[in-house]
Amino acid sequence: MYKYDNYDQAIVDARVAEFRDQVNRRLRGEITEDQFKPLRLMNGLYLQLHAYMLRVAIPYGTLDSRQMRMLAHIARKYDRDYGHFTTRQNIQYNWIKLEECGDLLEELASVEMHAIQTSGNCIRNISSDQYAGAAADEIADPRPWAELLRQWSTFHPEFSYLPRKFKIAVIAANEDRAAMRLHDIGIQLVEREGKLGAAFYVGGGMGRTPMIAPLIKDFVPIEDYLSYSEACLRVYNRYGRRDNIYKARIKILVHEIGAEEYARQVEEEFAHVKTLGIDPPAAELERIAAFFAPPPFEAGLSKDIDRSDPDFAVWLDQNVKPHKEAGYSIVNISLKPIGGIPGDASSAQIDVMADLAEQYSFDELRVTHAQNIVLPHVAKRDLYAVWQALNAAELANANLDLISDIIACPGLDYCSLANARSIPIAQKIATRFSDAERQRDLGELKLKISGCINACGHHHAGHIGILGVDRKGVENYQLTLGGSGAEDVSIGKITGPGFDEDGIVDAVERATDKYKELREPGERFVDTYRRVGMEPFKEAIYG
Amino acid sequence: MVEYHAAEGEEPSVTLDAFLDQSNATAVRLEPDDDARALIPFLDRLALVEIAFPKFRDGRGYSSARILREAGYTGELRAQGDVLVDQIAFMKRCGFDSFAPEAPLNPEAVERALLTYDQHYQGAADAAVPVWKLRHG
Repeated sequence: MYKYDNYDQAIVDARVAEFRDQVNRRLRGEITEDQFKPLRLMNGLYLQLHAYMLRVAIPYGTLDSRQMRMLAHIARKYDRDYGHFTTRQNIQYNWIKLEECGDLLEELASVEMHAIQTSGNCIRNISSDQYAGAAADEIADPRPWAELLRQWSTFHPEFSYLPRKFKIAVIAANEDRAAMRLHDIGIQLVEREGKLGAAFYVGGGMGRTPMIAPLIKDFVPIEDYLSYSEACLRVYNRYGRRDNIYKARIKILVHEIGAEEYARQVEEEFAHVKTLGIDPPAAELERIAAFFAPPPFEAGLSKDIDRSDPDFAVWLDQNVKPHKEAGYSIVNISLKPIGGIPGDASSAQIDVMADLAEQYSFDELRVTHAQNIVLPHVAKRDLYAVWQALNAAELANANLDLISDIIACPGLDYCSLANARSIPIAQKIATRFSDAERQRDLGELKLKISGCINACGHHHAGHIGILGVDRKGVENYQLTLGGSGAEDVSIGKITGPGFDEDGIVDAVERATDKYKELREPGERFVDTYRRVGMEPFKEAIYG
Repeated sequence: MVEYHAAEGEEPSVTLDAFLDQSNATAVRLEPDDDARALIPFLDRLALVEIAFPKFRDGRGYSSARILREAGYTGELRAQGDVLVDQIAFMKRCGFDSFAPEAPLNPEAVERALLTYDQHYQGAADAAVPVWKLRHG
């Protein structure tokens, strides 16, 4: 876990004071809402349908029990006793009072947390692999590199008024657990001839024009990492479109001028930027990396797990993943109870997860882009105790990566941009497929729901995706098939005409029935779809 | 300190196209979509570069400013237009040293904004030493 030094703390404290001043000026009417809007947005404060929504940054999705307890405290004191974990590994509070924002941020700052750049046309929270430091397949822990980007991008004077928001993900494994190529910049740490470098994928994203980021450079030497990032951003800041908000993301620029031409311009800019000395020395990276040193794992722990409790065994098989250390496991806590709101957790549940992290996971938690929580380092001997505690807190949903592990945006229940509700659709689908056997039989099936074209619910990347639209004042749901946000990244294709609220649930069921009929051994839903194409599914869905 | 510009008696700045066509102007105005790099061969005879911010949300001028400073421009660099108190600190870091806001700013608020942050994570076009350099001496 990264720990703030006096510099980090001073910057975050200054931000609290600055934002307090901005809020006060707004409350006194010294600035207009139009002037206040970009300021509050750069601090994650949105005006939603019913109230202000505050998005708190969880850098690269990593936090400790003290920070997690603070999130519970914030939910209790300033909200309605719950929080919503998001697809960018952050947390949102839905019922915030403007006049309480300063106090809230001050409390967050006391545990080295903030809401800096969680919205606005700037570089957003850096996301990463939720299994970082625990996965066997990573070549390095990506988090020090994410932290380096966090510091570089925080209050970057040149890149705080970009054409549009800007999202960066850093991973270090071939298995992509962070939807890396659906980011404005996706970085994969790679090794070449024993040296660490970074592959840069630029111009991915979802929204109304989904794009998979093309590879811009296969190996940026690690000592050029920030200079190259700065060059990528500078080219975008100058040439990204500003005439049309829907064409302002970097993906449109890269698409319009071509990946090759964009790469050429970055290269030209990089040749200049590299002379400016913006890359910190290796000592700074070493300082940061030391915070992410492996915890003191015990050697020689038993690998045996008592599977005699059948409910535990089911959870174990579904939610627990192999750890790089033999005696340990990665525990996924699904925030997707059948009929619940995807990503929501109560204050009490957040406290339970914090306690478990402290007791059993070297004080670490992760937030995943699929809106779940991870305890990254749990000894196998402790798994049953962890499961019992989770079960008592209604957090032992054994549905990781199954059809009821749904990503959903807040939709029209909260969001002022939404055209349709997402949450009730997620609830109805999860309820329809609530039978645990049936879900497991369907296997890995990533279902993602967005309540508008902005695609916060990642529907383009769903094996099954659902997009809510407004059709002449009525909510209508379009179905897409074949997307993926993982290393087999793809954009889903629309099946045909949309459905009403109940119709979409039936359509999902017809698609999964068809899959069961057509699948070959070992095939996931998305594999079958890729093999047979849209037609058989279309026939099944529309008859 | 912030210099507010007084328009009295100064040579009017010309557009980038006009500047590139005529050799004797010493003041030029860059619009957001002008390429600041076109000025690099002529920096030693420029006394003023005025960078337009028609809307504060349009941040291209920040890059233009840094590009000129990085190329060694030492003359006056002025932000003109929709220049608001909450952008001035970023502008200063990008190398602006004078400001011509369309709507007058409260000087006290400007001073407060400029004093908010003592430390900066990244190097830019000002004299501030980035935090990583402070950490490692």
